[in-house]
Amino acid sequence: MALLAVENVTRRFGGIVALADVSLELEQGAIGGLIGPNGAGKTTLFNLITRLYRPNEGRIAFDGKDLTRTPPHRIVRLGIARTFQSVVLFQNMSVLENLLVGAHARLRPFSERRGRKQALETLDYLGLGGLAERFPGGLPFGTLKRVELARALAARPRLLLLDEPAGGLNHEEVGELGELIRTVRRDFDLTVLLVEHHMNLVMSVCDHVHVLNFGRTIADGPPEDVRRDPEVIEAYLGASDSAAA
Amino acid sequence: MTRRWVGPALTALVLAGAVVLIVFLPRMTSEFRLGQFTYVAIYFIALLGLNILTGYNGQISLGHAAFMAVGGYTAAVLILGQEGFKLVGQEPAEIIPKHGITPIWTIPIAGLVTGVIGYLFGLPALRLAGVSLALATFAVAVSMPAIAKRFEHLTGGGGGLSLPLPEAPFGWDISPPHWLYYEAWGAAGILFVVAWLLVRGRVGRAWRSIRDGEVAAVSSGVSPAVYKTLAFGISSAYAGVAGALFAIQNSYINPDTFPLTLSILLLASAVIGGLSSLSGVIVGALVLEFLPIYAQEPPVFDVNFAKQAAPVVFGVVLMLIVFLMPGGAAGLLRRLTRPIVAAASRRS
Ligand SMILES: Nc1ncnc2c1ncn2[C@@H]1O[C@H](COP(=O)(O)OP(=O)(O)OP(=O)(O)O)[C@@H](O)[C@H]1O
Ligand SMILES: [Mg+2]
Repeated sequence: MALLAVENVTRRFGGIVALADVSLELEQGAIGGLIGPNGAGKTTLFNLITRLYRPNEGRIAFDGKDLTRTPPHRIVRLGIARTFQSVVLFQNMSVLENLLVGAHARLRPFSERRGRKQALETLDYLGLGGLAERFPGGLPFGTLKRVELARALAARPRLLLLDEPAGGLNHEEVGELGELIRTVRRDFDLTVLLVEHHMNLVMSVCDHVHVLNFGRTIADGPPEDVRRDPEVIEAYLGASDSAAA
Repeated sequence: MTRRWVGPALTALVLAGAVVLIVFLPRMTSEFRLGQFTYVAIYFIALLGLNILTGYNGQISLGHAAFMAVGGYTAAVLILGQEGFKLVGQEPAEIIPKHGITPIWTIPIAGLVTGVIGYLFGLPALRLAGVSLALATFAVAVSMPAIAKRFEHLTGGGGGLSLPLPEAPFGWDISPPHWLYYEAWGAAGILFVVAWLLVRGRVGRAWRSIRDGEVAAVSSGVSPAVYKTLAFGISSAYAGVAGALFAIQNSYINPDTFPLTLSILLLASAVIGGLSSLSGVIVGALVLEFLPIYAQEPPVFDVNFAKQAAPVVFGVVLMLIVFLMPGGAAGLLRRLTRPIVAAASRRS
């Protein structure tokens, strides 16, 4: 059984159909890619999985459990953590405290000390050890993205949703990120769903790629098949600049 | 090598100094002055609560004096009982106990009652934020005097309720003003520790995360509904304790004891002390008690301003602070002590 199952999900915003009858499955331990031109509905799907939005139609199941009735703050408790496309860190809290909020659902009243220790370990693991007491303001965007990743990992999730983690990174750093995503999956025993515009990154780390265009699924399969799909090529040529990278 | 204990050690030293000062202050000052310092403790408690709500959780309250009034009336009615209540010429409501209670026990009860009411108010307030929440709380403060007058069987109406000065317990040989001073500062000390324990741990982080970004907080597993109403409840409980102490210290309560201006001055003092920092709260409390007094009769210039001058001076000070020291007194303190801590940490 798939760990994540999105079944015939539709979501509208007024007249806009952000997602139309989208279905997607992700096996335990897989790295899935979710790609598509700007406005294709990728972030919307993340917001539906994390229950910030409700689907108009269809259902989403995690580990066999229907999420439709789960309140949004319970999602992380079930084992789903995410990062945000435009970085949403707690600005007036230190990097360490940001991670401790990430671990909120796991921390018990008297586990403060252990929580701090684990958070520091997670920071070290991601090479952010020196930043524990720093505040997000003033840190470079690429670093903030990584702090967000650290906060998501602090929840010790089973499913990690990454919304454009390569934002703010240069060419070389994008390569390292691919490596990092794979090691993180191994070390934290994760399943990953990755939204990215960097095609090389997606094609090199993902076991499976799902392509959206204007809210509709236009391709779904292993990276090498998706890459050659005429409809995908057409969609990306049509949307050209931002996506072709 | 850095010494991580320098900062905490400095804090401990300052706290110990403050405790010594508070304990020995009554020997160094007149009974009149002492009364003013009792009010400082009372404002300190109210501001701790307001800081939890507004500073740490980001919910603005322009109606905190109304919550103090709830605490004040709860204490007053419990101290008097139906017997004492009848002296004001009103028929007491059924729910008022027959006999009065020892004043000190009315303080935690007032905190509890006000906390529950604040929690209940926090439920509909969940739908509001920012300016609309400020307006809603303001509306509570505006309507409070009228409500207090209307329910005269509970509040004594416009005539108010007079309270006896409480004697020190256990045959302790100190005057009522001294006893009230210690009582207020004792409560302030306990509530300071409680606030400190709350804000530094999981609960405080949850409050601040909601303030800084509700969506990311939710995705981290923090329930805004739970923590926002909790902040309202705890903040109101603090206001209730402060209100009870105020009524007892004041020996009198009527619908004008906790006016609208107090709500506004409380928020202003919270900003002056520094939001989301506990160390500045004492500065806010001192300012709230003494600034209006000195604004009326400045010790430097030999002039007497009108009574209305106080809010004006307060407003000017507030504006200066907002422009010149964005972190309030606490922010200034941090900026001043950081080099000291850093220097001390570097030396080996
Ligand atoms: N809260 C919302 N209210 C109204 N419209 C929305 C909302 N969220 C998304 N949309 C619309 O839904 C469509 C899909 O948006 P979404 O953010 O999911 O795209 P995306 O694939 O993540 O694009 P990008 O690559 O630019 O991040 C867009 O037309 C967008 O304007
Ligand atoms: Mg997006």
